[in-house]
Amino acid sequence: MPVYRFIVRFRRADDPRSVGLLADARALGFSDLARIECQDLFFIEGQLSPEECQQLALSLLIDPLTQAAEWRELSAPPADPPPDALVVEVALRPGVTDPVADEVVRAAHQLGLSGVRRAATGFRYLFFFSPSVSIRESDTKSVPVRDSVTESVVKSVANPVIHRWALGEIEPSFPVEAESSSIRESDTKSVPVRDSVTESVVKSVVNPVIHRWALGEIEPSFPVEAESSGEVETLRLRGLTDEALLALSAERRAALDLAEMQAIRAYCEREGRDLTDVEFETIAQTWSEHCVHKTFKALIEVEDAAGGPPFTVNGLFNTYIRAATEKIAAPWVLSAFVDNAGVIDLDGENEVSFKVETHNHPSAIEPFGGANTGVGGVIRDVLGVSHKPVANTDVLCFGRQDASFDELPAGVLHPRRIFSGVVAGVQDYGNKMGIPTVNGAILFDPGYAANPLVFCGTVGMAPRGRRVRGPRPGDRVVVLGGGTGRDGLRGATFSSMTMDAQTGEVSGASVQIGNPIVEKGLVDVLLPARDRGLYTAITDCGAGGLSSAVGEMASEIGCEVELTRVRLKYPGLAPWEIWLSEAQERMALAVPPEHLPALRELCALHNVDLMDIGEFTGSGRLVVRYQGRVVLDLDNEFLHKGIPQRRLKAVVSRQPPVVSRQSSADDTDNYSLITDYFLALLAHPNIASKAEVIRIYDHEVQGGTAVKPLTGAQMDAPSDACVLRPPGARGRAGIALANGINPEYGKRDPYRMALAVVDEAVRNLVAVGADPARIALLDNFCWGDPLRPETLGALVEAARGCHDAALLFGAPFISGKDSLNNEYLGADGQRHAIPPTLLISSIGVLADVTQAVTMDLKAAGGLLYLVGDFAPTFGGSHFNLIAPAVRALPSAAGEPVPSLPAVTPRVYAALHRAVAAGRVRAAHDLSEGGLAVAAAEMCIGGCLGLDLDLPPGGPLRLLFGETTGCLLVEVAPEQAAAFEAGFDGLPLRKLGRVAGTPALTVSAGGRALFSLPVPALVEAWNTPLH
Amino acid sequence: MTTRPKALLLLAHGTNRDQDAAEALTLAGADPEILPLNLLRADRRRFDDYQMLVLPGGFSYADALGAGKLLAIDLQTYFADQIQAFVASGRPVIGICNGFQALVKAGILPGEGEPATLTFNARGRFECRWVALRPLSRTCIWTRGLEDILECPVAHGEGNFQAPESVLAALRARDQIALAYVLPDGSPAGGAYPANPNGSALDIAGVCNPAGNVLGLMPHPENHIHPWQHPRWTRRAGGRSGLTLFENGVRYAAQL
Repeated sequence: MPVYRFIVRFRRADDPRSVGLLADARALGFSDLARIECQDLFFIEGQLSPEECQQLALSLLIDPLTQAAEWRELSAPPADPPPDALVVEVALRPGVTDPVADEVVRAAHQLGLSGVRRAATGFRYLFFFSPSVSIRESDTKSVPVRDSVTESVVKSVANPVIHRWALGEIEPSFPVEAESSSIRESDTKSVPVRDSVTESVVKSVVNPVIHRWALGEIEPSFPVEAESSGEVETLRLRGLTDEALLALSAERRAALDLAEMQAIRAYCEREGRDLTDVEFETIAQTWSEHCVHKTFKALIEVEDAAGGPPFTVNGLFNTYIRAATEKIAAPWVLSAFVDNAGVIDLDGENEVSFKVETHNHPSAIEPFGGANTGVGGVIRDVLGVSHKPVANTDVLCFGRQDASFDELPAGVLHPRRIFSGVVAGVQDYGNKMGIPTVNGAILFDPGYAANPLVFCGTVGMAPRGRRVRGPRPGDRVVVLGGGTGRDGLRGATFSSMTMDAQTGEVSGASVQIGNPIVEKGLVDVLLPARDRGLYTAITDCGAGGLSSAVGEMASEIGCEVELTRVRLKYPGLAPWEIWLSEAQERMALAVPPEHLPALRELCALHNVDLMDIGEFTGSGRLVVRYQGRVVLDLDNEFLHKGIPQRRLKAVVSRQPPVVSRQSSADDTDNYSLITDYFLALLAHPNIASKAEVIRIYDHEVQGGTAVKPLTGAQMDAPSDACVLRPPGARGRAGIALANGINPEYGKRDPYRMALAVVDEAVRNLVAVGADPARIALLDNFCWGDPLRPETLGALVEAARGCHDAALLFGAPFISGKDSLNNEYLGADGQRHAIPPTLLISSIGVLADVTQAVTMDLKAAGGLLYLVGDFAPTFGGSHFNLIAPAVRALPSAAGEPVPSLPAVTPRVYAALHRAVAAGRVRAAHDLSEGGLAVAAAEMCIGGCLGLDLDLPPGGPLRLLFGETTGCLLVEVAPEQAAAFEAGFDGLPLRKLGRVAGTPALTVSAGGRALFSLPVPALVEAWNTPLH
Repeated sequence: MTTRPKALLLLAHGTNRDQDAAEALTLAGADPEILPLNLLRADRRRFDDYQMLVLPGGFSYADALGAGKLLAIDLQTYFADQIQAFVASGRPVIGICNGFQALVKAGILPGEGEPATLTFNARGRFECRWVALRPLSRTCIWTRGLEDILECPVAHGEGNFQAPESVLAALRARDQIALAYVLPDGSPAGGAYPANPNGSALDIAGVCNPAGNVLGLMPHPENHIHPWQHPRWTRRAGGRSGLTLFENGVRYAAQL
């Protein structure tokens, strides 16, 4: 069967995609590139006449006005490439989702081109170098690459992961001198390139985890018809020594410890048999840290290094997180911790759900796919409580964007590539699903270079009373959505391990690429199916795949599944791979047999696949068959409750922090430095505008976004929280979404960090007008290896902080997740761990979204108040991060991070009453960068100035020190008396007025300190993130 | 008393602003019905039951092979006769964002067999931001009589309207440029970002067919139908609602 190769290129050389790629490559430090041309490749297999080829190109593959195509039969001799270009072609690895190829075949048939059999896609990159590169004959590093080399490169794409690194290895076999003598003058394909050039340009466009690549033309790889292999292995467990048990765990990358392996051995001995690989893998996934959160359930013996008495914590989750929720006992919490997402009441008629997940390890090795499927996964969590997804959130932590390649551990992608890939992945999924991405944060720290953090959140909404109760015996086990492939195997255990330079190669299969349109189809099917009562249970296929989804649904009653009924993407999958695959866009349902035809009909309407794979039973056992043969038969009790509780050791240090309110920073009398500090803070990537990212997310779809992520007169200032009135809410009832996160505090005092980030998450909601009595929280802990007692100790302290802060605010936790082992073992044996990172996501309720308040200054003459117990400190402050570059103030760094004053909830309640009474024009919280940054952001939002007079104290501390529990509030002069009266007995001070001129002018005790024009603030704050 | 016209909203694989458009049409006085393409394929007579046809925004077929391209092939292969008849009957048709892209790539807009396209934004990326629009065309039944500037968001990566110079001149001559991006004060954007968010020729945000009953536009007037959706409502800014556009179309459909 002939294969045709189509190249589609833009008529203009400066097409936006190519221009963007060039900018990215240059930002990665490759300055010798003059131009990149990016072209699309299509490989079409089939019997096609020349006319049909032309029709295919013109009607389907190109936009005739902007693009041109050329094609030839693959076996025909290739055209000469441009003599001055390095040509690299890239294609997806087999098994990686390629939805475009499927669409090409479908649409070709639709156009009557029935000769088209299969399709594959790829990219062709032409790299043009500045003259200094291609003509420098004497460059000793220059390696002329000839036809034969190119060919061998193309031939070796069968193992692309190795191939990516092979270029360096093949250099010795083609020594410069020997090779150059053998080059013929007429060899037009020879391209002078340097090793490093090739490697770095390839790195800029290729990720070997999902791509194959070649110098010059790439060979196509087509998807093939699917059937599975049927191979089942029996693993001998009975009688194994402890050493052999551990070896088995390691060999199968099961991440099980000795006690867990011993429990499995004991089960085998009780049952009088060994396990199949299907059974063993199922247990490993079900018992993985990712699925069962064994660290948060562990019995922890805690030692206080500061000399306090030792104590034990019987489960961090029960002791601190769930305990807080139970003590608060809020009647409006409808579901906490038990379902896929936490659920609260919205307006009496509707309920909202919220879930935040991390997808860190996958995003480290394939940023686009990792983040993409992270978003897809958390959306399915919300579908798992039968809610319509109405908003997405994303909080991202990356390494420094200006990191040099030398300072990165081997095997780690550059933080820039991780940044752009992750952001593109979030964008792709959320936008295509039609879910507005409305809240988030982006942080940078060297500690995230090898371990980026990607927190994806989704909010859902549904009429109350539509959630389902659980499967009944006789219900069918139904899977909706995409086909099953080898993608995402062992993702749950993968995410529970430390990564190293080989992770990308070994665990490449753990990464999936999403297909948001398939998931959109799931939404279109599931919401009407819910309203018609077509299913009795639902859960998403996430980590652990079917084993986890079906296993959980059947955990109370049991079920029987036939694996050959699962539709496969391609052949050769062993039964355990089908059962464990984490292929995306699948939901598992329990469907009463009488409803199956109606559900099938709905699915057909929305192009969703339905697979009826088995039946729920009352047997209490999980039974899986392959062609009728039992390959898994496990006792539910053992599978879900048989895991031994872990016993761990932790060390905390509960020294009372040294309170030194006086430091050299307070003595500074060089006030000319103040503006330098100020502008440097505004330009710090953690503080600077995130507009470039926010604007590539659709935050308007569904029409519910009342307070947008960017706000103010020019729509360019940062909202404290977003406010949504989801379609279908009663009247103008709505929700507010915010978050709190602060690794700088986490590095110094995890307990106070937890207090501070809970406070920030609450404060942000109060700032936009949410009722502080109706706020629910989600916790996401991202930590290092909990087997290290100090690391676990920090986790204990942070969990305790969550508990105490939640109780202080009366804000219950409704959902949470932990991602541990965020560590990377460098080739040099050095471990790279992330700073202790706790994300608190918050959701609040507004009775009427038109009562919301934004943070931009509204009108000259308005009074500016500082509310809250203002006690700024430099401990963990961003001032410490920028000060050394401006002028070092060493003694400020040793201060404690801010504590949380007990008066804070009463301050928030008073502020909320003022908002509800319409007395607040603008409110903005003090966070990173302190008072000065908050004031500047309000000026930027309003395009208005401020005249501020500081209270007594060191100006640097007052301006740039950080606190908890404080906000700036603009109040109209005629409302001032009533506003102040509302804060009777609470900390409040008048700081100044909104100015008639656009400048931020600050004095202390009447003495002028500085004045900065608002455009200067805007310019500093708009410093690009990279 | 006029009855509420029935509007058919096409739900393709990946359409996602269908409910936004349905809400706008309901507020504007129509009865919208969202129908999956597969259902329409099974029962082609349905087109005749409606007085309005709406192609809402989204990512049909994930924008594979170019935004709107595969939906355009659906329109051409499954519904060519029905849509041609619908358009010829003078009933109002509107394609928003992805719907506009499909109408252009199917050759229904700008019509007369003249080439035009919506290609990648000049800045090479998807962008979501509010824009100001001036209704220009008096031929277009959707914009006719609208005097005020409209404000609403754009949210697209392929909204850069381009056509050969001769086609642009013909569009202008035939009053087919329905909506243009303008500065907030109403003066021409002159191609300048961000008022013209995507680099469209002549600041074109929307075009109609020569008869004026088919409108395609990249921005989303259906996302500005409540005062609290405006990005500066807390600064007492407002008006300039996108609803007026739908009211115009519904009024026209009701009197047919």
